[in-house]
Parts: sequence; structure tokens; C-alpha cells
Amino acid sequence: MNFVDVLRTAVANSFRSKLRTTLTVVAIFIGAFTLTITSAIGTGISSYIDTQIASIGASDVLQISKAPEDQGAAADNGPAEYDPNAATSGGGFPGGGAGLSFAMLTDKDVDTIAGTAGILDVNPVVSVSPSYIEYGGNGKYELSVNATSAVTKPDLAAGVQLSSDADTNQILLPTSYLENLGFGDAESAVGETVTIGIPDYQAKMHEVEATVVGVQNESLFGSGAGLGQRLTDALVAVQDTGKPAGPGRTYFAATAHIDSNASQEQIDAIKADLAADGYRGQTVSDQIGTIETVISGIVGVLNAFAVIALIAAGFGIINTLLMSVQERTREIGLMKAMGMSGGKIYALFSAEAVFIGFLGSAIGALVAIGVGSLISGALASTLLADLEGLQIMQFAPGPVALIIGVVMLIAFLAGTLPARRAARQNPIDALRYE
Amino acid sequence: MLQAQDIRKSYGRGAARFDALKGVSLTVHAGESVAIVGKSGSGKSTLMHLLALLDSPDEGVLLVEGSNAADLKPKEINRLRNEDFGFVFQQFFLTPNASVLDNVVLPLKIAGVPPRERRERGMAALAQLELADKAKSKAVNLSGGQKQRVVIARALVGSPKVIFADEPTGNLDTVTGGLVEDILFDLNKRGITLVIVTHDVELAARCDRQIFLRDGLEEHRPTITTGSAS
Ligand SMILES: Nc1ncnc2c1ncn2[C@@H]1O[C@H](COP(=O)(O)OP(=O)(O)OP(=O)(O)O)[C@@H](O)[C@H]1O
Ligand SMILES: [Mg+2]
Repeated sequence: MNFVDVLRTAVANSFRSKLRTTLTVVAIFIGAFTLTITSAIGTGISSYIDTQIASIGASDVLQISKAPEDQGAAADNGPAEYDPNAATSGGGFPGGGAGLSFAMLTDKDVDTIAGTAGILDVNPVVSVSPSYIEYGGNGKYELSVNATSAVTKPDLAAGVQLSSDADTNQILLPTSYLENLGFGDAESAVGETVTIGIPDYQAKMHEVEATVVGVQNESLFGSGAGLGQRLTDALVAVQDTGKPAGPGRTYFAATAHIDSNASQEQIDAIKADLAADGYRGQTVSDQIGTIETVISGIVGVLNAFAVIALIAAGFGIINTLLMSVQERTREIGLMKAMGMSGGKIYALFSAEAVFIGFLGSAIGALVAIGVGSLISGALASTLLADLEGLQIMQFAPGPVALIIGVVMLIAFLAGTLPARRAARQNPIDALRYE
Repeated sequence: MLQAQDIRKSYGRGAARFDALKGVSLTVHAGESVAIVGKSGSGKSTLMHLLALLDSPDEGVLLVEGSNAADLKPKEINRLRNEDFGFVFQQFFLTPNASVLDNVVLPLKIAGVPPRERRERGMAALAQLELADKAKSKAVNLSGGQKQRVVIARALVGSPKVIFADEPTGNLDTVTGGLVEDILFDLNKRGITLVIVTHDVELAARCDRQIFLRDGLEEHRPTITTGSAS
């Protein structure tokens, strides 16, 4: 029997008992479907994150905060000794006291960080709370600010990125602001001047003008407007007008620029230097890496379930084929009596197993691609519309082919036992079988 | 062509052990027709299976064209079964839901003959048994006599040297049985060796030679011939 005949006969045999084959195929289908969907989610999310990281491109920015080393110590060894010089957040809240022990950066810390080798400049992250934004007398709208705008380079719909050494007040508007403010489209907003209203310490409203340099797509990293360093400074100046002189300012974090060509080792060295001084420096990809780890953990768990489903399906294949071997005992005996070798009989049953595996996995993968694309497209325009460019499921040919291949391999392995049993049959015993 | 020397075969072990053949010797020459005759349970089928290399004897030597069957490689045994032997089993062993043609060409398919040639030779064999019009029918839908002829077509499609037929007329009426007999002896005239297992004395009488079995041993009786034998 030649190869083509073996395949053809195996395929024909698998269709002989349609119900049994169908049920086994369904079992494999479920596993392959799940595996295709989960792997597509993995691909979709990580490719989204990759484009986000790429669009940020801010490998030259470190976000620096106090290392939270004291917290572990507090849990193990009781409260740490009180240090009147240590700045903590919460000091300003009534009754808050030192209970909120989130370590803050002081101006002195900022100077220390600036003195670390490899750090080009440091800007403390300050929070500004403007009240409204207005363009051309079209009405005042609430303005929320993206606190991380200084460190990220968001995906732009029009215009250019904020520049750190500009001599004008720069602002990046999210696409969602355009319509309310009265801009026709993203292009027309670029270069226009908007007015920002911000109250000072005594709640007296002031206005600051800013130029729109670009329009950003909605992304993972904050959805507010991005403010240039100069605009931030101007707003802070207004905000602090009339503030009584206090005990020096504190910050949650600071952003620092490093050489944009720095290698990973150099970045690691800077981080180590910062750590030695009690600060924690993280690049944007470090921060995103954490998200990615969590997501790939979830995808991994989903994959594990799919693999369990496939293993169960594998036993289904063993069962199906054992029944086939039993049912066809006579036929096997007849073929052996007519000179078919044990190897060919083995190949015949293995091919049948692999074919059933192929059928289940190919249908599973195809249906998964169809259903997944529909769901993913629907989600992208509804639930996930705020995350532009996120296709929650992406079906790449490589992983899909791999899944089909793995399922066929599992099917082959599952077919080994029944196929061996068939191949070893003695023609006479098989022919006598009732 | 085939030679058995004092072959023994027993089934089961211990108390359940049953000696089906207790030392049988015979020779089958090329081109002759030999009948193996005996009562039910006398070991006829067992002997035929041993001669056809479907099973191996516990003791004794079986020679196929002079070489010991026990020394043959599995590949050579498969070749003999496929090319040199044709089988007609008592219970037909047709694949019920496959077409008549597919059933007939099974030995050719196993031999790796390409589909076209398979079809041609299969149709020729069916035509020889006047079954060409049934080629596309499912085997299950045939009458008993038609099935028997299909089985013979399958036995001769590979142009074997020997045809082993176990009770080829056992479950046929006398008319159809006679027809099948004619076909077999016609093949014998064309040079195919026949080994026929039967309990039908008339069929046995048409063969050149008879081997009588009784409880696993050969019984020596004079060769019977019928006046009407061809
Ligand atoms: N696999 C087996 N296990 C146990 N006993 C067997 C086996 N095969 C055959 N026998 C026994 O061997 C004896 C000979 O069997 P065999 O099939 O050769 O008889 P037979 O002469 O062909 O009979 P029949 O005319 O009924 O077909 C019988 O008694 C049978 O019960
Ligand atoms: Mg018998």
C-alpha cells in the first residue's frame, strides 16, 4: 500500500463511524479553539504593549521615587524609629500624621539624584490642577492632566511631541477634546492657542495661554492632556501664589533624563547607583514590563486550561481508535492475510489519529479566528474604544500553525497504543474474532 | 511447491490444550488441485492456514518452493501472501459498506498498484465472474452466491500461483455451488494450483487428489474420482 493510499484509506476509515469521529473531533475542537483564542489574546495584548512602548520610545527617561525599603522592615521588626527629617506624605492632612508612610522626595533628594553619574537632568513630578480649558470663546471645559506626559511620547494623531527645552507654553490635546473645544479635526487644532484657567491658593482664578503642538491618540498611559515643562512651571507658579511659606516642598516622584543611547548595562548601573542612595529608578519599559508579566501570567493560565482540554481530547482519540481497532479486527486480519505489513497497518491507524487531530484543530482554529475577529472588532469599537489601536485578539499564522501541529502530534501519540495493537494482530486470530 | 513434513499444531495450554494437528505430511505440486476433506473439527482449516503461511506450526517443517517457511523474513512472507497466494474464506470477509470493486482490488491496493491499473484489473476479474455490472454496488447488498463470486474475484485479481479456498461452496445452494466449482476448476486448468478445504465429497472428488483428515491425523483412503469430473 503506498503512502497516498494509506492516507486516503485512513481518511475514509475515520468517516466510517461518523458519530464517534464527530464526538472526538468536538473534544479536540474545544481544546484547539481555546488555545487559539488565548494565544491570540496574548499576541494582541503584547503587540499593543509593544507598539505603546515603541511609541513612547522613552528609553532615556527614568521615573525615580524613594525605595520603599522601610515598609518591609516595619512589618518584620515593628515600627521604624521616628526621624523628624524624613519627609512623608500625609503630613498636610488633618489627623494624617506620619501614619501614611509613603516616602516623599525633598528638594535635597532631587539634588542628590541630579548628582548621580549618568543623570542628565531631574524634574520633580508636581501635580497641577487646572479648572478649565477654552478655545476661541467656544465655552469652558474641564481639563484633566496626564501626569506622566513629561516622560512619555504618546502616539500622535497630528502635530509633534512636547519638547523639553521649548520657550513657549506647550500642550498636547487628546483626540476626545477636539469636538467640544470646537476644532474640526486634529490637523486644524495644531498651532492654535488655548486658554487654561487655574485657581491660586486663595481660589482666585487666573488664566494662562498655551499653544497646541500636537494631538494624541488615546492610550494606556493616562488619558489627560499633556503639558510641556514650561507650561507646568507656569501653572505651578499660579497655583502656589499666596501659599504661606512652609517646610520645603515634597514630591511623589521625579523624572530624570539619561543618555538616549545608554545601553542596558549603563541603565542598570545608574539604577544601582540610585538604589545605593535609597531611590528606585524605573524606565518606562520596566513599568510596562510589570503589566506584561501579569498579562502573560493570565494568558498562561488560560493556555494551561486549553492544554488540559487537549489532553482529555487525547484520551478521546485513544478510545475512539481502540474501538475502531476492535471493530475492524477482521478487516485487519484480512489485510494481514493478504500481505499487508504490520508497519503499514500501524501507519494506517496513526494516520487516522492524525487526521482526526487535524480535523479538530483546523476547524477549531478557523472558528476561533472567525469568532475572535468578530468579537475583537466589536470590542475595539465599543468597550475598548478608549484604547486606540488595541485589537484584543490577533491571529498570526505562526502560532495557529504551531497549535495545529501540536494537536496533530498529541493525536499521533494518542494513536500509538491502538495502532500498535492493530499492527501486532495475528491474521488468524483476527479472522476468527467474532 | 508446498511441502509439509510431520507438522503439529495445538491450541491452548495445560488442561485446555487441544492438539488440532498431530503430525501431518503432504506435498502440493504446482498446477494440481488438492482437496482437504474431513469432519468438522478434524483440523482442515488449521492445516490450510499453516500451508498458506497465515500461522506457524508448533513442530514440523513447512517448505515453500524448497525453502523453510520458518526462515523466511516477514517481508518475504508478506510478499508470498500478497502475490503468490489468493484466499477464499469460508465467511467471505468482505467490507460491507465498501463497493464491490474496492473489495476486489484490496490485494492490489496492498501491493501498491496504481489506482488506474487497479481499476482495470479489478473490472477484468469481475467480468470473468460475470459481476461487472455489480462493481459499484455495496458488498452488503449482494446475494450469497454473488458474494462468493466476489470473494473468488478478489482471490484471483492478483494473478496468484495458489488459491486457498476454505469451504467455497459451504453455504451455497447446489446450483450456485456448482457454478463456483466450475469457476475454480476453470482457473485450475489455466495453471493455478488449488487447495480446497471441504466436507463435500462431490467437490473433493473433482480434485486431482484428496487428503482425508480425522482428529488431526491423515487417514489413508483410496483417491476418489467421479465419472463426471472434467
Ligand atoms: N484458536 C483456537 N483455540 C482453541 N482451539 C482451536 C482454535 N482454533 C481451532 N481450534 C480447535 O482445533 C480443532 C480444529 O479446528 P479447525 O478449524 O481446523 O477445524 P475444521 O476441520 O476446519 O472444522 P470445520 O469443518 O468445522 O471448519 C477444532 O476442534 C477447534 O475447536
Ligand atoms: Mg474450517
